Amino acid sequence: MRLTEKTEVLKERKDSVVTKSKGKRQTVACGMDSTAGTVSQRACVYCGARVVLNPITDAYHIVHGPVGCASYTWDIRGSLSSGSEIYRNSFSTDLREQDIIFGGEKKLAGAIDEIAQAYKPSVIFVYSTCVVGVIGDDIDSVCKDAQRKLNLRVIPVRSTGFAGNKSSGYRAACDAILELIGDAAPVQNRQGINFLGDFNLAAEQWIVRDYFKQIGVKMQTAITGDSTSEGLRCAIKASFNIVQCAGSMHHLARKMEEKYNIPYISVSFYGVEDTARSLRAIAIKTGNDKVIRKSEELIEKKSSETNKRLDFFREHLAGKKAAIYVGGGFKAISLMKQFADIGITAVIVGTQTGLEKEYEILHEIADNGTIILDDSNPFELEGFIREKQADILVGGVKERPLAYKLGVAFLDHNHERKHPLAGFEGALNFAQEAYNTINSPVWRLIRKDWRDT
Amino acid sequence: MPQRNFINLNVNPCNMCMPMGASGVFRGIEKCMIVMHGSQGCSTYIRRHMATHYNEPIDIASSSLNEKGTVMGGSANLKQALRNVLKVYKPKVIGISATCLAETIGENIEQTVKEFLVEEKISAVDCIVVSTPGYGGSQYTGHYLTAKKVIEHFVLKSGQSKRINIIVGSMSPGDIRHIKEILDEFKLKYIVFPDISETLDGGYRAEYARIPLGGTKISDLKEMGKAGATLEIGKFPDEEISPGQYLKSMFGVPLYRLPLPIGLKNTDLLIKALSEVTCRGIPRKVESDRERYLDAMIDSHKYNSQAKIAVFGDPELVYAVTTLCLENGMSPCMAASGPANKRITPEIEKLSREYKKNLVVLEDTDYQKIAEVVRTANANLLVGPSDGAFMTEKYGIPLVRVGFPVHDRIGMQRKVYVGYVGSMNLMDEITNTLLASKQANYRESMIRKYYSC
Repeated sequence: MRLTEKTEVLKERKDSVVTKSKGKRQTVACGMDSTAGTVSQRACVYCGARVVLNPITDAYHIVHGPVGCASYTWDIRGSLSSGSEIYRNSFSTDLREQDIIFGGEKKLAGAIDEIAQAYKPSVIFVYSTCVVGVIGDDIDSVCKDAQRKLNLRVIPVRSTGFAGNKSSGYRAACDAILELIGDAAPVQNRQGINFLGDFNLAAEQWIVRDYFKQIGVKMQTAITGDSTSEGLRCAIKASFNIVQCAGSMHHLARKMEEKYNIPYISVSFYGVEDTARSLRAIAIKTGNDKVIRKSEELIEKKSSETNKRLDFFREHLAGKKAAIYVGGGFKAISLMKQFADIGITAVIVGTQTGLEKEYEILHEIADNGTIILDDSNPFELEGFIREKQADILVGGVKERPLAYKLGVAFLDHNHERKHPLAGFEGALNFAQEAYNTINSPVWRLIRKDWRDT
Repeated sequence: MPQRNFINLNVNPCNMCMPMGASGVFRGIEKCMIVMHGSQGCSTYIRRHMATHYNEPIDIASSSLNEKGTVMGGSANLKQALRNVLKVYKPKVIGISATCLAETIGENIEQTVKEFLVEEKISAVDCIVVSTPGYGGSQYTGHYLTAKKVIEHFVLKSGQSKRINIIVGSMSPGDIRHIKEILDEFKLKYIVFPDISETLDGGYRAEYARIPLGGTKISDLKEMGKAGATLEIGKFPDEEISPGQYLKSMFGVPLYRLPLPIGLKNTDLLIKALSEVTCRGIPRKVESDRERYLDAMIDSHKYNSQAKIAVFGDPELVYAVTTLCLENGMSPCMAASGPANKRITPEIEKLSREYKKNLVVLEDTDYQKIAEVVRTANANLLVGPSDGAFMTEKYGIPLVRVGFPVHDRIGMQRKVYVGYVGSMNLMDEITNTLLASKQANYRESMIRKYYSC
């Protein structure tokens, strides 16, 4: 990796790229549609909706559209299930030329019938895609008719690909969950909490659930990691919601507060600091002294155990520089803290769909000179990684080969990961992975010429 | 037998959409940048799919059509995308793949591009538009159609040259490099198109190239009408999307349409064609590769006689691998093409009569059907893309990974499965997988069968 000229961002992108300047009021423009031709790392509305709903284990996901949309999203994520495996299938109406000309409603109705006949589905989600939005198939009424006729839950997901960005898809998914929960009256004697915005990647939800058990808090429903349609309907029984991935779940949390009078607090279980802070906040919110005491005991025990083991990594990673580019804002915030905890400074931090509030926090905790960016692209990442001489990039599947081609270490914070990064266990895995990639001999070797060896 | 279990549903797609095929072809042109004209998701999904398979950065821009663009027309978005791509990537060619959305809203994309070039006074960049709606075909037809469009764009006039054209189908960069080695043995001057041998499997260099180095040269593309012959790898595409057919009818370039050179006879066909067009005998190196493959076939024929293999993927791969299996005395129990193709069934039936083996032939099928046939036929080995790995997980049947995509293994970009050398690699992998399962199970099965009965 050679240092070259200063990175010149495209003029349409100027407001979304900020170099932190201490004491200065700065805002990162976010939440907008992607600029054409920038090679945004974001996907579409449908993708946003599908990632949120997919972990519901007993749901049938029908993608109403051409086959590609279903093909590219078939079982590519690592959400684990303790029960049904239905969610690991991808059903598509596989629209062809003729369907585009004559409309796809009949085919969709037929598809729902076929699933209803062959299986005993508890819920079917029907996703609309770009082309369905253009030809004007009325999926709402097809779903409504099927629901009545077949006496099962058939829920439309308004995820026409072009109608907004990935965040609009999150919202569409939240609306679908709300529709599934239905218009139940608020429950008396509520207990337990719902965990919103965790997708049980590599058992992360189960790790957190175990902490709750240890401090005496019942997890009512996780939304949506390892959830079921019946479980989701019971979410109204919870006394409050905790929200981790706010980007995807903020809408649902607000609506649940509005409709069912369930309050919410924000949490994050990435990193020792945020895990401890979240456990503490939950315990306090329960107002139960025993829970508070137990949570302090757990935090004390786990933090000191974890910190002891983290010391090794701190010693070997101190002074390194990180670039962060991930999906949601909460994750970016936690990652900054988590890197700081093991002696690594974030020199670049950005997200695909971070919220204004989250960017404010990122700006606040960032060091002077840190590049903060929204909806970035390979060009900017490449430029700033060079400019800032980052040692490691953390991101998803598409970012990995870029880091490697630049000769930079990489930490996978993607949906396919096979080891948990959440909780105290996850904090150790995180540090271990950072250590493994940063301290690999390959980086030394690639910088040497064959004449040097 | 019906090709799928449901009339209105594709359950777990065994094919992808046309823009995927288009991307593979555009990536095989020198200094070419790709723009998906449509909503943001298409480019991102394709990038993700290609990134995990090739382990290379895949930059594909999008015109990021939103609601406004869909209603008011997407030309402004497309122009902005082209402008930004030119600024950042400085390409010589821009391949524009029109996705579902752009195709369905019915725009004159060619016209928009022409306007853009005039407005911006650009003459040194070639923009090629190809109509690739997801509902119009598969990645398989998208590949050939795009290759034909590219040739239509560049090839201007006829003439005479001593070179020959090699038009390749969906093959790995490693495969293409091996084909070139064979061509070099024939002391031949040639043009390989699309040439992803470097662009999708590049080495590490200190300088990072935003558009990967390599690809078919533009100057070469322009010369293809003058070639002495075209060898087109692709037995099953319709003539109207065959690039070689176009070169033949427009410029009188003699055409050899060949199957994917996997297996003895299929490779013989390639070698014979090369010998014919060069008027040369078979080079000694090629001869000895063939001898070695024959020797390998003998070595493993008995092990292979126990193989009941299910083959799936795109038509070329399925036909070629099925041939290899039959030639080695294996019993393929299923040959299944995900993409729709009317030509493959009679061809495979011909093979099955020749080798007196019964096998189920499917096209336009899905993984649900494939899994069902695998179970009924009691297959003991699977050969195809990694999407088939769910059958390993569910039924314990091992999978030899070939074709595209392979998400769960590394190094697919450098695997060589074509030619005598590649066929030997593939056969060895199949044989060794059979041997490994036998060794893992035989003690236990002997005890069960003969001792504890």
